[in-house]
Amino acid sequence: MRSLALLLQDLIEEPKLIDWEWISENFWEDIVPAIQGHIFLSFVSVAIALAIALPIGVLSARYRKLYPPVTFFTGFLYSIPSLALFGILVSIGVGIGPKPVIIALVAYSLLILIRNVVAGLDSVPPETIDAARGMGLTNRQILFGVELPLALPIIVAGIRIATVTIIGIATIGAYIAAGGLGKMIFDGINRNFPTMIITGAVLATALAILADLLLLALERRLRPWARVRRA
Amino acid sequence: MEGILDVLERPDFLGLLGTHVELSVIALLLGAAIALPVAVAVRNTPVGAALAVNVGNIGRAVPSLAILALALPFLGYGFEPALVALTALAIPPILINASTGLREVSREVIDAARGMGLSRSQILTGIQLSIAAPVIFAGIRTSAVQVVASATLATFIGGGSLGNLIVEGFQANNSAILLAGSLSVAVLAIITEVGFSGVEKALTPKGLKFAQKRHG
Repeated sequence: MRSLALLLQDLIEEPKLIDWEWISENFWEDIVPAIQGHIFLSFVSVAIALAIALPIGVLSARYRKLYPPVTFFTGFLYSIPSLALFGILVSIGVGIGPKPVIIALVAYSLLILIRNVVAGLDSVPPETIDAARGMGLTNRQILFGVELPLALPIIVAGIRIATVTIIGIATIGAYIAAGGLGKMIFDGINRNFPTMIITGAVLATALAILADLLLLALERRLRPWARVRRA
Repeated sequence: MEGILDVLERPDFLGLLGTHVELSVIALLLGAAIALPVAVAVRNTPVGAALAVNVGNIGRAVPSLAILALALPFLGYGFEPALVALTALAIPPILINASTGLREVSREVIDAARGMGLSRSQILTGIQLSIAAPVIFAGIRTSAVQVVASATLATFIGGGSLGNLIVEGFQANNSAILLAGSLSVAVLAIITEVGFSGVEKALTPKGLKFAQKRHG
């Protein structure tokens, strides 16, 4: 009976999956900067991608012929596995560090963002645009004052999907020295230290889920008409 | 360029390619074998279906490297731990699409089928599954592409895949090996994407294609 209790104790303690002491000792020095680095990488990438996707999306919604080649090209980029894309970028001389990783993350966001910008603009009822035109608004005023605001919830939905995807892929960027939470995962693998692997993996997951929830809340706030209808 | 071809002719290349495909195919089959029955089981209960979709959404948010790396402390190094992790990655897209696809079959259609005297299992196989087939298959495609991409990362936990070449290329600072590995992974992923989209199109019934065109 006693030996069974000891065995159980061994099973719980032996692999020592989480070394809380290590976490508290390295919290400010390693863990917090890794979180900050991860947020920075993801935020910069999504921001750059949005700056590219918005004009391309608006143009694709206007000039329909442009849309199939745009989705073909961005879809092609999207389907290249991240480690392979890093490998290609490094071997053509982009170097290592945050730069190739941000380029890759931007490339992955484009398809999702452009698709949602176009879907958002398509969702604006033609009657609304006619009404705006009837009120004497110029095309530019209609785009910025009517179409984009009405398309915003769908665009934010795209930003949400892109952000969650990017936070996940950014972990792999640590392999080419871009830092972030992936560095903890890789260091943990190399040192055979489960605490680092689990901390990095759990925090990266938490960050992705948190970003998902925050952007979902924003998306809902941007649809006041939907809230009214539900009430 | 010649250096790249040399790498592709190396004796271990086919083995790595084989392991990569093996990991992906088995993980996809296991993932479908787990996700599809769950989606079918919860199809008629709104709470169950919502739960399945939510679990799937959370699962999709977990970074693939996180799942693979987490397999290491719990399951160890090698092919099987990588396979378990990739199976876990294969489940969410199939679960989400199959649950939503089966839920979206309209109530009226099912009522009509019931009125015609079809049994629950006849409604499932004859009506629900065939109408939802394109959506379910889209989930399987998403899952396949993701699994093929993530199988590259299996190299980090000793799963052995084309990712080995990429890692070797980085470590030896050899761009021929790096490019050979990266390009073969990219080609494999694109073949998967294109192949599955072809099957998806073939699976969409004519009537549904017509309806999709009218709507979009």
